[in-house]
Amino acid sequence: MSAIFDVRNLRKMFGGLAVTNDVSLSMAPGDRVALIGPNGAGKTTFVNLVTGNILPNSGTVTLGGEDVTRLGPTQRVRRGLVRSFQVTRLFSEMTPEEHVSLAILQREGRSGKMFASHRAMPGVMDEAHALLAKLGIAQLAGHRVSEIAYGQQRLLELALALALKPKVLLLDEPAAGVPQSDTARIEQAIADLPADLAVLMIEHDMDLVFRFAKRVIVLAAGEIIFDGSPDAVTKDARVRQAYLGSYADARSVA
Amino acid sequence: MALLTTSLSTTGDRRARLTRDAIGVLVIAAFALVGYFLFPNNLALLTRITAIALLVLSLDLVTGYCGVATLGHAALFGAGAYGAGIAAAHFGITDPIAMLAVGIVSGAIAGLISGVVVLRAHGLPQLVLSIAIIHLAHEAANKASGWTGGSDGLAGIMPDAVFGLWQFDLWGRTAYVFGIVLLIVAFVILRQIVRSPFGMLCRGIRQDPVRVRAMGASVHGTLIKMYAISGAVAGAGGALNAISTQVVGLDSLSFTLSAEALVMLVLGGTGSLYGALIGTITFMWFEDVVSAANPFHWLTIVGALLIAVVLFAPKGLYGSVAAYFERRGRKGR
Ligand SMILES: Nc1ncnc2c1ncn2[C@@H]1O[C@H](COP(=O)(O)OP(=O)(O)OP(=O)(O)O)[C@@H](O)[C@H]1O
Ligand SMILES: [Mg+2]
Repeated sequence: MSAIFDVRNLRKMFGGLAVTNDVSLSMAPGDRVALIGPNGAGKTTFVNLVTGNILPNSGTVTLGGEDVTRLGPTQRVRRGLVRSFQVTRLFSEMTPEEHVSLAILQREGRSGKMFASHRAMPGVMDEAHALLAKLGIAQLAGHRVSEIAYGQQRLLELALALALKPKVLLLDEPAAGVPQSDTARIEQAIADLPADLAVLMIEHDMDLVFRFAKRVIVLAAGEIIFDGSPDAVTKDARVRQAYLGSYADARSVA
Repeated sequence: MALLTTSLSTTGDRRARLTRDAIGVLVIAAFALVGYFLFPNNLALLTRITAIALLVLSLDLVTGYCGVATLGHAALFGAGAYGAGIAAAHFGITDPIAMLAVGIVSGAIAGLISGVVVLRAHGLPQLVLSIAIIHLAHEAANKASGWTGGSDGLAGIMPDAVFGLWQFDLWGRTAYVFGIVLLIVAFVILRQIVRSPFGMLCRGIRQDPVRVRAMGASVHGTLIKMYAISGAVAGAGGALNAISTQVVGLDSLSFTLSAEALVMLVLGGTGSLYGALIGTITFMWFEDVVSAANPFHWLTIVGALLIAVVLFAPKGLYGSVAAYFERRGRKGR
């Protein structure tokens, strides 16, 4: 199986702390991987590193056979590596319709058009509204983001990533902050993704992880301590140790 | 059915926007007409206001829409003024449309250069770079007195009749109409640009550049483009000033003018283009009236007005009124 996304020996130091310590990971088209680990394990940092938001100290990132380690975040997105953010990043004064239209236009290479309007492009508008409807926020299409609830902003965050039609999708806790009643929409949207897309999802909710993932990777203190099937992960001694250890730490702090 | 309602609301929406812009154009034209008949002996001032309005519109593009802080924007205006002036005085390009074209291109080039420099930094360092640019440009124009006339100003600018039909007259009527037409054309083009996908991208960059990059769009490339467009608009304003006054002075390339342009923009409100126009008219009219009434304390009074606006209408005159109506509209819904 040829990898579409391949990370080799990635390392990142913050001060003296190795937040990402020799991480290697490979995904093939169609993979559904859950990345889990205690708070502060370095999951978000891993996403920041591979998407080019921060630079690694060493290691390589390969996308579809091309070494993208030296490329900026924009170039990686254009090659199909798309992420969502754990803490929503949206344009507070713009509407969901504008957000998603802009992402669609960007995907089509038309976001630089100056003498056009997305509202006059029925194809773009229909796709944008269909995507918003799928995530259950179509009725908010024309409201400013600053006026809509955080849970709904989380759904828009996911819609933006989907609108880019990625080849490799990295979701950083897409369900965090979403009301229980809406998590089903997120799950459904992820389940409906194209079969050949490689998806890596960071998630703390283990029910969600087990329904979604065919493979689970556990990160603790910047290192991968487990990479295998969902069945095996609960039985793994090091994984239990990492989680129990973190609980034990938490208790000693409290 | 869903598709149908989408496209229906799309055209309705579009019509609403076009109506608003048509109203905007009519209001500018009405203002221009009223000015023409109320102040027939003061058309030179009104034309100057028009030229400065182009500068403030141009500043709104980079500051209001893209969030770039600059105190050196007069460099783009001055480049247009000197470009058009030098073309006329040294190269015999005296057709006003050709002079305007030279001004627009000079402004766009100055915009590109300023953009490349200013966008290397963010926040306060960015502001300092922009100040450095205007001082360098001012000093360069001062030193190159063979071309620019230095501190005496560049004279000998004699524009031909517009389209060979309308001579620039002593009362400044032709210049005034020329300026108003230019302003309306620029305004219509800019309204279109700011609501285009490119305009959305710029607004996005101001609100969260990290998100823009995560969409795969180039932040730097987009900003540079906007800087060039902004330069073209400011350059048109500079060219208008050169054509209408027939001299270009170092003041068109000054830090003072840059700072005043920013004050006018904040006064009117950023990020709407309407605010830029209202801020320019208010500031320059106020300056004129108050300095005539009280030549000793007019700066104090202008300062007091500014403090009042910033404290009580922080979104600017237009921005605060627009926000008020938006709130009322939402309550009514
Ligand atoms: N810019 C930074 N500078 C210094 N330290 C950082 C920086 N970013 C993250 N860290 C540290 O790196 C470690 C890993 O952080 P990261 O956000 O990747 O964890 P995470 O696994 O995503 O945690 P969570 O589950 O809480 O989201 C933490 O100890 C954090 O404090
Ligand atoms: Mg995280």
